Parts: sequence; structure tokens; C-alpha cells
Amino acid sequence: MTLEEKVIEIIMEQLGVTKEECRPEAAFIDDLGADSLDLVELIMEMEENFGIQISDDELEKIRTIQDVIDFLRSKGVE
Amino acid sequence: MKRRVVVTGIGALTPVGNTIQESWAALCEGKSGIGPLTKFDCAVFETRIAGELKGFDPLRHVNKKELRRYDDFIIYSLAAADLAMEDAGLSTAEKDGQRAGVIIGSAIGGLTTMEKAKENIMAGGPRKMSPFDIPAALANLAAGHVSIRYGLKGPIHCPVAACASGTYGVGDAFRIVREGYADIMVAGGVDAAITPLGVGGFNAMRALSRRNDEPQRASRPFDRDRDGFVMAEGCTLLVLEEMSRALERGARIYAEVAGYGVTSDAFHMAAPPPGHEGASRCMAAALADAAMEPSEVDYVNAHGTSTPLNDTYEIQALRRVFGDAIGRVSISSTKSMTGHMLGAAGAAEAAFCVMAITDGVVPPTINLDHPDDEFSGLDLVPHRSRRREVRAAMTNTFGFGGANAVLIFKRFEE
Repeated sequence: MTLEEKVIEIIMEQLGVTKEECRPEAAFIDDLGADSLDLVELIMEMEENFGIQISDDELEKIRTIQDVIDFLRSKGVE
Repeated sequence: MKRRVVVTGIGALTPVGNTIQESWAALCEGKSGIGPLTKFDCAVFETRIAGELKGFDPLRHVNKKELRRYDDFIIYSLAAADLAMEDAGLSTAEKDGQRAGVIIGSAIGGLTTMEKAKENIMAGGPRKMSPFDIPAALANLAAGHVSIRYGLKGPIHCPVAACASGTYGVGDAFRIVREGYADIMVAGGVDAAITPLGVGGFNAMRALSRRNDEPQRASRPFDRDRDGFVMAEGCTLLVLEEMSRALERGARIYAEVAGYGVTSDAFHMAAPPPGHEGASRCMAAALADAAMEPSEVDYVNAHGTSTPLNDTYEIQALRRVFGDAIGRVSISSTKSMTGHMLGAAGAAEAAFCVMAITDGVVPPTINLDHPDDEFSGLDLVPHRSRRREVRAAMTNTFGFGGANAVLIFKRFEE
């Protein structure tokens, strides 16, 4: 499973959205119906799955699915 | 002239059924909903029986995301609200949203969530706490979620009054509609506290029955061999509506809310005082509120927990209030079949009173093999339900902290 596929799988499960909705440019709040609490929970799930820590400052910069993937790559996740 | 308040919908999840119809039919057949406790591994607990919901499918009422985030007491409340609104023939209160509200009492709130959160924080530190732990644990979020789903924008509240919480829910909503602060209230109580802390805590108080070998015979109110209550779970919500509004929309009217009384014992954190004077004052207050004489009440759904003290003192209080009329009133404890649903009990038992009036049947006190001598001369409806005219019915609840609440319902006549 690629990193993209894994990330999308987690997002689908956490936010209850479909694969089709999970385009890379999809924004969590504007396109996927998430609120700030959803986002915190989603990030906790990413931390758990990829063994990393995401600070609140870093969390603020994450807006789209691509942002998550880019961030994970920057932390050395493949 | 005071506005009149009627019951137009009931949604009930109880250990004996997943609707009011199913629950009521089971009670009339004298069926017990008590069984082995399965919600957690209870091998080391002194009590290993409980009244759990059976075959309840949460996914008919919440989606998978909600199921993961909400505590059971919130899910039960949403389910009971769906059932009550459907039963009342109301899809949403959108048009009247500001004149509609919701009150759901709970003794304990999201205990399962608190237990899990504590485990998470001990294992992984504060970063392992979910942003949904607090909103899943707060007791008033049951009413919060129901208000969101149905657009109820009027009064919202969560009475926390131990085992009387559900009665406070229905009673306070009754007052709100009668006094004109709202026209429709979804009201009742909920609890889902069959958890290690819930069972362990009541066990520590020596409050629960330990008749683990005979679960269905464990809850035995008024019986000389009673040894404590049986913990149960559930939610019941009633739709209370201002009478003229209900008539205008052609709603089916179950019964009228006649009176409500609340008093405090100011005595002890958990025990009732001998003779339970606070309970008799409470019944008298409800009768006065209803402008009724005791002789007009045909059925009393007793608090009847199956604890030694409650049952003795409750009957003493009933005798004091009813006087000579005590011999002709039918008194039963449906907790003999449902167990004690804590904050949901008062609302469920209010609904059972409504059904007794509607159907002309009084539900039994099962397991009443050997009534205590002190209960002689009373109709405690042992073992089997009975047909009888019920013009009015009273339900009693007495909670820890000395919180007493009594409701009276009567047959609806225009």
C-alpha cells in the first residue's frame, strides 16, 4: 500500500467520507465536512499509524489531503 | 387558566424491549429482562448480573463515525428520540424549533468514556486523550445531540438527580410547557452505567443484589428475600405537547400529565429517613399540583428498588398519603422486570403509567413470592398483570442525595 493509499484509508474511516471525495486537493474543513475537533482526532490517528508527532503549529498548516502527505514525507515517512 | 399538557409520543429502550410497545408487552407478560452481565469481564465482581439492552442496533440511529465518538448514553438518547418523534408523528420541529425543547436527565453521564480516557492518559499521556472525550462524557450532551438532530431551539436541560433524574426530566418539561415557555418538549432520562466503575461503586455501597445464580429472580421488590437492586441501562423519552396544539394537528393523545411534585429529604447522602417523610410530602405535592384526591389514583408505579430500606419506607410513606384509599390502589414495581435503569428509570416508569392508563392494565411485581409482613393488606399485583380501569397513575422515584420526584398522569378528556 502506498503512503497516499494509507492516508486516504485513514481519512475515509475517521471522517466517514468516500474514496471519490478524497482527492489530493480536497480541504478537510471546506470539502470533507470536518470541524476542528475532527482534525485533531485525524492527526492523532496519523501519529498512531506512522509513529510520529505533529505539533499544534504544524497542525495549523494542514488544510488538504496533499498537505498531510507532504508533511508525512517531510518527516521521512514513506 | 393553566395550559394543559399531553403525552403524544413515547420512545423507549429498556432491558425488556427496544420500543415502548415491545417493553410494555413484555411487562404485561411478567417477563424479566435481567441476565448475566456481558458488557465487561465481571468475573471478579460480587455482582455479575444486570439488565442490559438486547438486540439493539445502534447503526439504525447513528453512523459509524458517531458510533465511535459518542458514549452509549448519547446513542441511546438519539435512538429513543427517533422513536418518540416518529411515534408522535413529528419528523422535525423545524417550523416550531424555538417553541420546542429537550430535557434528558442522567444520573451518571458518559462513564464508559471517562474510564477509557483514564486508561489512555495513564498509558500514553495527555496527548492520547481524544478531543471527543469531554463531549462524550458530559451528561447534558444527550439533550445537546437530540436538539441538534431535531432542531429543538427552545429550553434545553439535563437534571442530574441520581435515580430520580428521568422523573425530573419529564416533570420539569411538563412545567415548562404548562407555564408557556415552550409548546413541545422531548423529555425523559437515560443511563448506560453498566461499567466496572458503575457496578464496582454500587457494590461497594452494598446496594446491588448478589443473586448471581438466578438473574431473573434477583430483582424482587417487597419480597422478604430481597437483597438489593439490579443495575440496568436504557433510555425513555416522552413527547409532551400543549393540548390545543396536539388537538389541532390531530395527534394521538396517550394521556394527560396531571401533576408533579419534588421534595428533598435533607437527611443522608444515600439512605432515606425512616418512614420517608420526604417521599410522602412529595406524593402529596404531586396530588395537590394535580388537584386530585388519593382515591382518584388507581395505580402507583412504585420506586420499589428491591433494596431492604427503600421498599419498607416507601410503603410507609404511601400508607400515610393514601390513608383508607391504600386498599384499593394497585401498587407494583416494574423494576422487578427491568431492573433499575438509574436516570432512565423515572422516565420509563412514567411511560409505563401512561400505558397502564391507555390499555387499562396494571403491570405486575414479579418474584413477589413472600411479601414482607409489613406489606399486608396491599395490592402489590404479584406475578401477573391484571386488567383494571386506570383513571390516573402515579410514579415515584427517590434518588441519592435525598432527591424525590413524583409524577401523576390521568386519562385524557377534552
